[in-house]
Amino acid sequence: MRCELLKMIHHARSGHPGGSLSAADIVTALYWHVMRLRPEEPNWPDRDRFILSKGHCCPALYAALGMKGYFDRKHLLTLREIGSILQGHPDSRKTPGVDATTGSLGNGLSLGVGMALMGKLDRKDYRVYVMLGCGELDEGMVWEAAMCANKYKLDNLCAIVDYNRLQIDGTADEVMPLDPLDKKWESFGWNVLRMDGHDMSQILGAFAKAGATQGTSTVIIADTVKGKGVSFMQNVCDWHGKAPTDEELAMAIGELEKETL
Amino acid sequence: MYRKGDMVSTRDAYGAALLELGRRRKEIVVFEADLSKPMRTDKFAREFPERFFNVGVAEQNEMAAAAGAATCGKIAFVSTYAVFASMRACEQIRTFVAYPRLNVKICASHGGLTPASDGVTHQATEDLGIVRTIPYMTVVMPADAVTTRLAVHQAAELSGPVYVRLTRDAVPVLYEDGADFRIGKAIVLQKGKDVTLIGLGDMVCKALRAAEELAREGICAGVIDMHTIKPIDQEAILEAARDTGALVTVEDHQICGGLGSAVAEVLVEGAPVPMERIGLRNLFAESGGYEELLAKYHMDVPAIVAAAKRAIERRNRLEQQVRNSPCPNASR
Repeated sequence: MRCELLKMIHHARSGHPGGSLSAADIVTALYWHVMRLRPEEPNWPDRDRFILSKGHCCPALYAALGMKGYFDRKHLLTLREIGSILQGHPDSRKTPGVDATTGSLGNGLSLGVGMALMGKLDRKDYRVYVMLGCGELDEGMVWEAAMCANKYKLDNLCAIVDYNRLQIDGTADEVMPLDPLDKKWESFGWNVLRMDGHDMSQILGAFAKAGATQGTSTVIIADTVKGKGVSFMQNVCDWHGKAPTDEELAMAIGELEKETL
Repeated sequence: MYRKGDMVSTRDAYGAALLELGRRRKEIVVFEADLSKPMRTDKFAREFPERFFNVGVAEQNEMAAAAGAATCGKIAFVSTYAVFASMRACEQIRTFVAYPRLNVKICASHGGLTPASDGVTHQATEDLGIVRTIPYMTVVMPADAVTTRLAVHQAAELSGPVYVRLTRDAVPVLYEDGADFRIGKAIVLQKGKDVTLIGLGDMVCKALRAAEELAREGICAGVIDMHTIKPIDQEAILEAARDTGALVTVEDHQICGGLGSAVAEVLVEGAPVPMERIGLRNLFAESGGYEELLAKYHMDVPAIVAAAKRAIERRNRLEQQVRNSPCPNASR
């Protein structure tokens, strides 16, 4: 998936590799192991929902959807091109499998609250997963949604914070400190889990625990590394929103292929 | 249901219509932000508590949660005051409701200066301009209780986002129960010869009163209830321009962005004629009684009458100029 998304961003000559790489393992876990899906029927009413609230990291989502067969993989290299089904930020009307239009930060958890409320109302057992960036937790609206999920005891709602601690202007600590992040969510009434967002067994364990939790929403704080898997991108702010050059892409893919061998 | 001439606020009619809808269709869900009493959604909440979601004083979350609900096949009504719906939750309307064309019906009360004594913070005088520029939005402001009921029912039937602007104060019921009200189709209340007054929402009854005054002075004024400003009824505007050659728009909103702008856009492309606009002129009002505010800011019946006369005067001057201009071929 990392190779796919880097190729897409390289081809588009713009995009967000850092956050896409930090989210890649969690998105993989969700689409291959956790979520109940029917790629051949993207609007299946009983499917689990995934909302990429940090919409700029959509190359990771698109790669997953393409690899799962929601659309022909040939579309992946049309990312951000005019006429493409793959917009610069997710568009639920253009891309099969995208459950929610996102891109403006801070809104995804509220969309998830709405879906989870309807799941309860309709007595359906689908689950709703919302992936949040750590930078977007600066948005007050996230906490409006957090309160609301607690009020309605939305145990079918699971938020994941991709806690890579880097934003556009610097580290989260410099831009807007979030710690103690677990205490913040706890005080909003959420069940809080912590995991290494790049350790597949920890990821699957956390989702299993979240799924078994009743009466409260769960947030999984995932400690991640921005740019994970590519040595020169890891923990470098500048890789938030720029595309790799031809040489950089070749180097990155070389590193990633070596790692998977 | 309502008797012509009764005084009923359109928010009361909204609450009652929502209850009817709720009984008829189980896909109706309602999101509220701690205003169920003034928005009159409390009746729906009592009868259908499982379909009513009070998210607290948090309009952004309210709007986006409704969008999420709409992705699950629901018809989601969002209730709040117009000033909060259109501004606090503006981006949620634009990006998360309109862009994915979701079935969210935004019902916004206290439109215009009706929150009168509460002052500028609560007066919604830019909302129509804001929501009208957003693609795929339908924007409606019914004039009375009968048409509010019909607007709410029709909004639920329409696919996609709708903004319904309501008002706080009681207004006269203008229509009989079986009124032919259709979103997107203006209602010609009376035909005119000298000038046409095009009103919106609670200002339609002011326009009617202005037309009565004008009639006493021998001026024959038409009156149109332009309840839908998007998509606007171009035919009705062009016909009025052809029939009378002078128009006045009457709205409780800034003169830019709302009804006046929408009508002017149609006129310049189709049939330019002199037109005057009643509304706030690039300023914020203040606290005060509603009627006092309308008078102070030149939006009351005498102001409409004066605007009608100006429009007629301008049209007459134009016609005279045409008649008196020398023949360009005279020297030959």
